[in-house]
Amino acid sequence: MSSNGKERDKQREQNQTSSPPGDSVLEKPLSRRDMLRLAGTGGAGLLLGAAGVGGIMGAFNRAATATVETATASKAADTIEFYGEHQAGIVTPAPDFLLFAAFDLTVSSKEEVRKLFQAWTKASAALAKGQLLGDSNDRLNLPPSDTGEAAGLSPSRTTITFGVGATFFDARFGLSAQRPAALVDMPAFGGDELQEQWTGGDIGVQVNADDMQVAFHAIRSLARIARGKAVLRWTQEGFQRTGKADPAGATPRNLMGFKDGTGNPDAKNTAKMNDIVWVQQGDGEPWMAGGTYMVARRIRIRVEVWDRSTLGDQEATFGRHRDSGAPLGGSKEFEAVDLKKNGENGKPLIPVNSHMALARGDGSIEILRRGYSYSSGMDHRTGQLDAGLMFVCFNRDPRKQFIPMQQKLGQSDRLNEYIVHTGSAMFACFPGVQPGGYIGETLF
Amino acid sequence: MKLKFTALMLASALVFAGCGSNKEAVEPAKNEQPAAAQEIGQDAPKVENWDEITEQYRQFAVEQADSFVIETEKFVKAVKSGDLEGAKKLYAPTRMYFERIEPIAEALGDFDPNIDARENDVEEKDWRGFHRIEKALWENNTTEGMDGYADTLLQDAKLLRALMETVEVEPSLLVTGAVELLNEVSSSKVTGEEERYSHTDLYDFAANVEGAKKIYELLKVELGKQDAELESEIGTSFKNLEEALASYKSGDGYVSYLDLKQEDTKKLSQLLDALAEPLSQMGTILGA
Repeated sequence: MSSNGKERDKQREQNQTSSPPGDSVLEKPLSRRDMLRLAGTGGAGLLLGAAGVGGIMGAFNRAATATVETATASKAADTIEFYGEHQAGIVTPAPDFLLFAAFDLTVSSKEEVRKLFQAWTKASAALAKGQLLGDSNDRLNLPPSDTGEAAGLSPSRTTITFGVGATFFDARFGLSAQRPAALVDMPAFGGDELQEQWTGGDIGVQVNADDMQVAFHAIRSLARIARGKAVLRWTQEGFQRTGKADPAGATPRNLMGFKDGTGNPDAKNTAKMNDIVWVQQGDGEPWMAGGTYMVARRIRIRVEVWDRSTLGDQEATFGRHRDSGAPLGGSKEFEAVDLKKNGENGKPLIPVNSHMALARGDGSIEILRRGYSYSSGMDHRTGQLDAGLMFVCFNRDPRKQFIPMQQKLGQSDRLNEYIVHTGSAMFACFPGVQPGGYIGETLF
Repeated sequence: MKLKFTALMLASALVFAGCGSNKEAVEPAKNEQPAAAQEIGQDAPKVENWDEITEQYRQFAVEQADSFVIETEKFVKAVKSGDLEGAKKLYAPTRMYFERIEPIAEALGDFDPNIDARENDVEEKDWRGFHRIEKALWENNTTEGMDGYADTLLQDAKLLRALMETVEVEPSLLVTGAVELLNEVSSSKVTGEEERYSHTDLYDFAANVEGAKKIYELLKVELGKQDAELESEIGTSFKNLEEALASYKSGDGYVSYLDLKQEDTKKLSQLLDALAEPLSQMGTILGA
């Protein structure tokens, strides 16, 4: 038995008492807050269309109208366009939160996959604008087409980035010939303790937003649209310090207390991005031109162990000073790194097996990192915190960039004592979509 | 004779309560629509033969209730005669007749708590019905002390059957009932929380799905007229779930929930969600 019956009764009571027949939202005087709420969701347009502009607007004084305009303006600043040459969520600014989800397809034909991608594209464009999904949000006999938890909220710089994994190109959809050579099966790295539950997936979806509720709404909506077509394989939430906590926007710190991303290439540098992130014409599969390869690694930090290591050890592990973020021996975060400089003892100031020294190498290999910290409660076997880094990076060819870099790190990084890689996936991210198109159309 | 009379009085009171709330749930739906939605609704063709469809469903519910009473009599007899193994064998198949028509039982009053409450769903003093007996049979391995509960269970079953005669099935009950049946599976059967002592959850699972399928079959033609794609998506999803469920058959029934691995329950749960989502759109047949 369940409480369904009781809930339904409650519903009935509400239906009977809260809204007498004929008392539609149009006939109720709208408060300023209602109006703002509706303006934020696209509801105002619908209402205005139905009732006539004069009828509604006449009810508002100038001040209220001005506020609506302000709200609309700030909405634009909070919006990252979904459509474009490249997918959003790669070189666009990194919002406060991450919600990563991997899906496995349950359909058996390419046509069904195409339909899903078309539906996801339409929804994603609306989600990026902070609009309600679907057109049946006010019919009492149907579940609302939008789940509603983001109604009236800012678009919160929502981005949704799609990619497909190696398994997408198995025999099911007849696409094996189009599998890009660069989308290799990832080799085993030192320090890997990969768990099935955090690994792989036919499709990877990265959702970012400045608000976790807005991000959740996006991933939930995509999962709902996918029901009967694809199932969730794994999800991971991530966070960084919020814009509110750090208005200046300094380099974020990871959960080990160190600035993370100081050496990241400048995402605004188009030439650089073309060089290290975007797949170029002639790089291989033509359908990938303008796309990129996304690597997602769930890296658990052995928080308790790290907390009892000395500051000296910690700094030698990263190769940087914790406080300033400057390379060891230096004083400024962004000062030039000289890996050859020796200390008084004749040894390099920055240990050769420090994380920075290994990741940097001779500077010839670069990737664009876009990681977020994660906290997934606790490990009930040990009673320790399950926290770490949801590492996400983008690169033009993982065989030449991420994989050799990680092989080196996996073998000798001092950091390995304090971390363990528990999940791993790689996805080929489609090029951008123009209005009317859909994600993956170059492949179909 | 006196008991029968009381039951009838109670029955008619419940029928009134049941119908009243059903109607009221539908009426405001017509009145409250914002203008834009009403236009959409008016475009959709109306179902002409609702009376026929709801009457067919009522007949189905009556048949199930008839069998439910007959099988419950057998089960009760086994319990009262101390036939532990016989009672255990009859327990799950008997419940299936109830599980198929659970939304109607819920709409008719307190049948769900009286017949189907699990321990702690209701206060200890009020706890009766199948699961009270289930606990005795499997946890304590005895039929002792269950005579009274067995008698009450049979009375409840008969009362439910009596009420079926007069129940008025609203179209909205059909539509929401189908989804509710699947929600029942989703919230307690697929997790093994329904039959915590006997672990016969898959029997309930199958019966709930059969109950929802019956409703879909009755609405299928009309639904196909309005949204052929939705109709076919629901049909395929039923087929996928039924196929998966069939692989857990054992003899006339189903394997124990304890035999299911996490992959099994996950697969069943995902197939169920895949069915319930399009099924929840069936309300489109009701118009706005």
